[in-house]
Amino acid sequence: MAPTKRKPVLLDFEKPLSELETRIDQIRELAENSDVDVSGQIEQLESRASQLRQEIFSGLSPAQRIQVARHPRRPSTLDYIQTMSDEWIELHGDRGGSDDLALVGGIARMGGRSMVMLGHQKGRDTKDNVARNFGMASPGGYRKAMRLMEHANRFGMPIVTFIDTPGAYAGVKAEEQGQGEAIAYNLREMFSLEVPILCTVIGEGGSGGALGIGVGDRLMMFEHSVYTVASPEACAAILWKDAGKAGKAAEALKITATDLTQLGILDQTLPEPLGGAHRAPLQAAETLKQALLDNIETLSQLAPAELREHRYQKFRKIGKFVEAS
Amino acid sequence: MSLLDWFANRRKAEPTNQAQPERDISDGLWTKCDACGVMTYTKDLRANQMVCLECGHHMRVFSEERIEQLMDADTWIPLNEQVSPIDPLEFRDRKAYSDRIRDTQAKTGLTDSIQTGIGQIDGEPAAVAVMDFRFMGGSMGSVVGEKLTRLIEKATAERLPVLVFCASGGARMQEGMLSLMQMAKISGALERHRDAKLLYIPVLTHPTTGGVTASFAMLGDLIVAEPKAMIAFAGRRVIEQTLREKLPDDFQTAEYLVQHGFVDLIVPRTQMKATLAQLIRLHQLPSAKVSASTGAASLNGAGATRDTASSSAS
Repeated sequence: MAPTKRKPVLLDFEKPLSELETRIDQIRELAENSDVDVSGQIEQLESRASQLRQEIFSGLSPAQRIQVARHPRRPSTLDYIQTMSDEWIELHGDRGGSDDLALVGGIARMGGRSMVMLGHQKGRDTKDNVARNFGMASPGGYRKAMRLMEHANRFGMPIVTFIDTPGAYAGVKAEEQGQGEAIAYNLREMFSLEVPILCTVIGEGGSGGALGIGVGDRLMMFEHSVYTVASPEACAAILWKDAGKAGKAAEALKITATDLTQLGILDQTLPEPLGGAHRAPLQAAETLKQALLDNIETLSQLAPAELREHRYQKFRKIGKFVEAS
Repeated sequence: MSLLDWFANRRKAEPTNQAQPERDISDGLWTKCDACGVMTYTKDLRANQMVCLECGHHMRVFSEERIEQLMDADTWIPLNEQVSPIDPLEFRDRKAYSDRIRDTQAKTGLTDSIQTGIGQIDGEPAAVAVMDFRFMGGSMGSVVGEKLTRLIEKATAERLPVLVFCASGGARMQEGMLSLMQMAKISGALERHRDAKLLYIPVLTHPTTGGVTASFAMLGDLIVAEPKAMIAFAGRRVIEQTLREKLPDDFQTAEYLVQHGFVDLIVPRTQMKATLAQLIRLHQLPSAKVSASTGAASLNGAGATRDTASSSAS
């Protein structure tokens, strides 16, 4: 028996596309069992499918983009690290009594250079997700991240962070251990580091939980990633008093790569394979690797003091207000 | 509807009208304590800095009152009062953000949810910011970020301690990601202030939550809080909903944070000014007398410029 293909996880707006693809598969199967030549027909259908995919994915609404960003098969931090790096050793612990599995990190070699890589880690299946707390890091996770970043700083390694979290964990234990303090500390200390810091939103960037490893010299985002001040669901519940208005909130909050470029927050958008990064993870990893290496090359030219000054000015400029004279 | 029915309905309707105890400090001759319910003559309550004379409950005070309680008379020099919010996302929930700004400004007389300035506390010069919960729940958007950053930068340049009175629901959603980024911007300014070995003390007042807790509220060299202030990253309701577990009564109070090591000391409002001045003085090096007096001189200079500015404005 032929190995069964892993059933693709389909998003609702992909339905018309999937119907077309099912038909293509059916015809192909039919052709295998008979001598009729259908290659021309298949080619035609496939080009239509590709066109349809292009149409669907070029016009995604913010709410649909969130679905792609949260896609269960979307490549995770460890997927990218393991694909991109030549060597990788994961390190553990915050040296304060915990090792958070929702935020992973370690030392990697990529493009001949050692660097510290870290990021939020979502689970690959339900069981893994429970262990990873769905990528919602605890105070210990942010402290582990800081410890690794300080390590990078000491040994002159660039820091590469991957953002993919619905938000920092909101629970009794997290409050007790100082979730606010853990994030705040990172925000301040990341300004003091004297090595290049590159941050990439690979999936969803959820509020303070994302920013806690998101203060860098360059902010990059994959095309279908989102970065939000508050989850659209929470925002809808608070401002519209109706969680059902999440789609509307997603629209209003301006969370896409295009929006954030316009607001002067995002530096670089990484194109995704057609249909989303999960359709061709290797291709997505290659794009990311190239972008990271290029940026590290550029930033390594700067003296430590310059690097810090640039980082400060990058954030200093963000904000929109008027000043009456 | 008979006349009797009409009376019956009216009587039924009455309690609901009264069930909204809107505390109005400005006009009411008497004020009812939210905690113990005792009515106090408002003038006496004000004299006690809005701390209930009966039970010690700290009622909410707004920025002008706070500045008055804290700063030495005639030393307060407000900064960047002309910085005002805009609506960069053209955000509209049930009401357009631009309308919300205009209405709240008209109602409160504030430009946004923070006042910043320089002045003296018991003779000690300091850069001070006071958040105001009346303005959209003290939420932090671009204006809070900009005014606070400018204040911290000025304090770093003039070698002044920074005090920030926090009162906030968190990041302002109506400005989207611009609000989130203010957390980083302010933290960056604090890093420079810290690098210059200067003192920063946030004072956490009720309530301090969300993005403010996850940035400048928790970055103090020392962290002070008012009694019973609610201090949280995630709100109690959010946690209760996601976990479906009952939370301890003192959860997320100032006292709870002291117990868990995140707040240095709880200071009653009536002792706040004296305590802060004492803390500032304890951090002055023996040689600091000289720099303190130059600080005062530069303050006077700034005061003079401000006078000319306000006279030219009028």
